[in-house]
Amino acid sequence: MKDLTKTNNPYGDEKVFDACSIFGMMNLKGERFSAKDPIRAIANMHDRGNGLGGGFAAYGIYPDYKDDYAFQIMYLDREAKKKTDRLLSECFNILSEEEMPTQEANVRDPPIMWRYFLQPKKSKTKSQADDDYILEKVMRINTETGKAFVFSSGKNMGVFKGVGFPEDVAEYFYLEEYKGYMWTCHGRFPTNTPGWWGGAHPFNILDWTVVHNGEISSYGINKRYLEMFGYKCTMQTDTEVMAYAFDLLMRRQGLSIEIVSKILAPPLWTEIKAMKPENELALRALRQTYGSLLMNGPFTIVVAHEGEMIGLTDRIKLRPLTAAEKGDYLFLSSEESAIRLVSPMLDRVWSPRGGEPVIGRLESRRAVEVIA
Amino acid sequence: MKSYVTPEYIVERDQDRCIRCKVCVNQCSYDTHYYDEEDDILHSRNENCVNCQRCATFCPTQAITIRENPNHYRSNANWTQEAITSIKKQAETGGVVLTGMGCDKPNLTYWDRLLLNASQVTNPSIDPLREAMELRTYIGSKPDKLELEMEEGNGVVLKTKLAPQLQLETPIMFSAMSYGSISLNVHKSLARAASEAGTFYNTGEGGLEKSLYKYGDHVIVQVASGRFGVHPDYLDAGAAIEIKIGQGAKPGIGGHLPGEKVSEEISRTRMIPLGTDALSPAPQHDIYSIEDLRQLIYALKEATDYTKPVFVKIAAVHNSAAIASGIVRAGADAVVLDGVRGGTGAAPRIIRDNVGIPIEMALAAVDQRLRDEGIRNQASVIAAGGIKSSADVLKAIALGADAVYIATAALVSLGCTVCQKCYTGKCPWGIATTDLWLTKRINPDIGAKRLAGLLRGWSLEIMEMMGGMGINAIESVRGNRLLLRGVGLTDKELEILGVRMVGE
Repeated sequence: MKDLTKTNNPYGDEKVFDACSIFGMMNLKGERFSAKDPIRAIANMHDRGNGLGGGFAAYGIYPDYKDDYAFQIMYLDREAKKKTDRLLSECFNILSEEEMPTQEANVRDPPIMWRYFLQPKKSKTKSQADDDYILEKVMRINTETGKAFVFSSGKNMGVFKGVGFPEDVAEYFYLEEYKGYMWTCHGRFPTNTPGWWGGAHPFNILDWTVVHNGEISSYGINKRYLEMFGYKCTMQTDTEVMAYAFDLLMRRQGLSIEIVSKILAPPLWTEIKAMKPENELALRALRQTYGSLLMNGPFTIVVAHEGEMIGLTDRIKLRPLTAAEKGDYLFLSSEESAIRLVSPMLDRVWSPRGGEPVIGRLESRRAVEVIA
Repeated sequence: MKSYVTPEYIVERDQDRCIRCKVCVNQCSYDTHYYDEEDDILHSRNENCVNCQRCATFCPTQAITIRENPNHYRSNANWTQEAITSIKKQAETGGVVLTGMGCDKPNLTYWDRLLLNASQVTNPSIDPLREAMELRTYIGSKPDKLELEMEEGNGVVLKTKLAPQLQLETPIMFSAMSYGSISLNVHKSLARAASEAGTFYNTGEGGLEKSLYKYGDHVIVQVASGRFGVHPDYLDAGAAIEIKIGQGAKPGIGGHLPGEKVSEEISRTRMIPLGTDALSPAPQHDIYSIEDLRQLIYALKEATDYTKPVFVKIAAVHNSAAIASGIVRAGADAVVLDGVRGGTGAAPRIIRDNVGIPIEMALAAVDQRLRDEGIRNQASVIAAGGIKSSADVLKAIALGADAVYIATAALVSLGCTVCQKCYTGKCPWGIATTDLWLTKRINPDIGAKRLAGLLRGWSLEIMEMMGGMGINAIESVRGNRLLLRGVGLTDKELEILGVRMVGE
C-alpha cells in the first residue's frame, strides 16, 4: 500500500485539485501583532477546508535574526536529517538550530521539524548571489533524499503548515506566541492529495509565499513554459507553478507586480483595444510574449514577500476575494465574514474586480487596482 | 492495346426519374454521360467516371446513383484491388501512377485517438455564448522577456521592440495552393474569406494575380523552388512570406504544372512563357544546406525591410525535430510542418502514400525539441496536413501548434468531394482546373461565403470545446498537453506525443 502521508499527489494525477479558504492581514506601518486574529479569521471559514491541510506565513517574526536565512525543514526520518545536516554545515554557517517548539494538537502524523538560522559560506557562494545560492540548495535538499523538505527559507519570516484544520495547525506550532506585521493563512480542501505535510499551503521559496485557492486549467502549458527557464515542477501542484512564475517575472526579469498581474490575469482583447495606444501596445505585447503564463481557470492567490502583500484573482473572477481596510490594517479574505469577525467596523470594504491586484505595501500604504 | 483495367464505378440511372434534361452531360468534364437522340435516352461510359458526384448532385430528379464496381478481383489481403490495378495501369502506360489530394490509407491518423478534457465540479466550465472566449493568435517570433516602464500619467509603456507578427482572429489559415493548380476564382474566394474572417490565405508557388493585391493584408506569399511570380512587388504585397522547402504529400520531390494549364493569366502571374511547362525543382537550388536557408531568410527580410515574418515550410519527415531546430536558429519566424496526409494537386501515388510521417508525431516532437532547447518562443509552429475538423484543430494546438493550415477542408467547403483526380485538370467542381468552362462553376461571392461559413463554424465549435474545459483564451490551450488523453496507443506513441493514457 502506498504511504499517502509521505508524498504529494500519490496517485500521480496531473495536478492537485483543491479548494480553499484564504486570509491575509497586514499592518501597513510594519507594527507587529500576534497570530490571534488571523487564526480566528481562518477558523471562521472552517467549512471551506476539510482538515487535510492548513498553514500560515508570518513576516517579521524573527527580529533577532532578521538578516539570516531561517530554514524550517520537515524530516520523515532521522537518517534524512543526518544527511541534510551534513549538507547544511558544509554549505552554511549555522548560527542557531533547534527543534521547532510544538505541542499536542489535532493534527495528523507530524514529521520531525527543525529550524535553522543560516548564512551562506562566502567561500562557497563565489560570484553567485545569495538568493540564487539558497534557491539551488533548497532544490537540492528537496530532491536529494526524498525525505527532507525545506518548507520555509526566507529572512525574518516563517511558514508553519501541516495536515489538519488551520486552527489545529496553529495550536500545534504555538502560533499565538509569534508576532508579525503580516500574516497569510490557508485552509485546504484537497481532492487528491490526502495528507502530505509539505503539500499544505503556503508554498515558499526565499521570502516569497503563495496561498492559493483554485485549479489552474492552463497548468499544462504554464509548467512547460517555466521548464524552458530551468524550473523543475516536481510537486505537480499548480501552486508551485504560480510561485515559479512570480520568481521568473519579478525576481529574475524585474517586472513589477502591477505588470505581473496583467500577465497572469490579462485583460480581454476587447478591453485592450479600448486603451490608449501606448498602453494597448504594451498590453498586447504582454499577451503575445507571456501568453503561456496566463493562468486560466479559477484562482485566488495571496502572494507575500518582505513588505508586500498582493491579492489577485483570475480575470473573470471564478474564486472569491474580498479586500478591506481599517486604520493601518489591510485585509484580504475569501469571505467578508472572516474580516468582520476580527474587525467589525471597517473603513472600506470592496470586492476587487477579476484580474485587478490589491497591493499592500509597507509605508506607501497603497492599495491600488489599475495600471492602464 | 486493350486495357485490362476495369471501371472503378458503375453509373446507374433510374430511367423512370430521368427527364432527359442533359444536366449530367453538361456537368461531367470526363465525358461520362451521353444522350442518344434516336432512342431519347441517356447512357453512361462507366470507365470515365471518377465518382466526383457532380452529376448526382445536380441531377434535378435524383435519377443518378454511382456505385463502386462490384466486380472485384479475388479477395486477397496482399494483392488488393488497388495493387493489381496499379500494376496493370503501369504496364499499359509505362509511367508513374499519379494522384491528387492527401494519402488515403488508414491507420495514419492520430487525431481520432486523442480525446479532449472537460471541467466537472472542481472548476467551472464557461459558456461561450455568454462570456468572452478568445481565439486571437499572433504568429511570429516572441522575445523571452519584455522591458516595460510605468510612466507617470501614461500607465505602462513598452520599451522592447517586437518582431513582426500576424494577427489571426481564429487560429486557422488557408494553406498554400498555387494559382494554376486551382483557379483564380478559388483564389478570390480564399482571399475574400480570409479577409472577412481575420485570417490569412497562402498563394502557393504560383504568384499572386494582380487583381488580388488588394487583399495583401491577408495574404501569405510563397517562395518555392521554381520562384514563379516572385518579384519585389509580390513580396511587398503579402503580410508574410513563406519559403517552401517541402510538402507533406510529396516530400523531397518537385512539381510540374503541364503547359496546357499555363494560360495567358497564369503565364503572366508566374512570369513564364504561355503554354510552357512550369517545373518546380525538387530542392531549392540555392539551398543545399541550413546555412543557405539562413541566407534566403535574411535576403527576404532585407528585401522587405524586416517588416514581415518569414515562415519556412517543410514536410514532416523522420528528423523533423532537428530540422525545425535548425530552421528556428536560421532565423525563421515560423516553422510550418506538413504531415503525410497533406494534400496536393498532383503527386506520384507511391510518394504520397509512403513518404513522410503523420503531422501529430512531427508536431509533438518539434514542439518538445524547441522547448528542450529553450528556443520555442523564437518561432511559431504551424501544423498542416490532414486536419478535418475543429477538434483536430484544437488537438493540434494542445499538442503545441500556434495555428493550423487547412487546404483540403477549404476545397471541400467549395464542393470538392476528394475524388483525387486534381492532376487531370478537369475538376468538374471547377476547383482544380484552369479551363474557363469549368472555373466559372465557382462564383467567388458564394465561394467566399462558404469558406467563411466553415471558418465561423469551426471557430464556434472550438469555443464550445474550450469553454467546456474552463479555458477562455486559446493561449492556455497551446502546448497544454494535459488537456489530451490517448486511447489505443502504445507507451512509445504516448511518450512521443507527450500525452497520458485515458484513465490516467
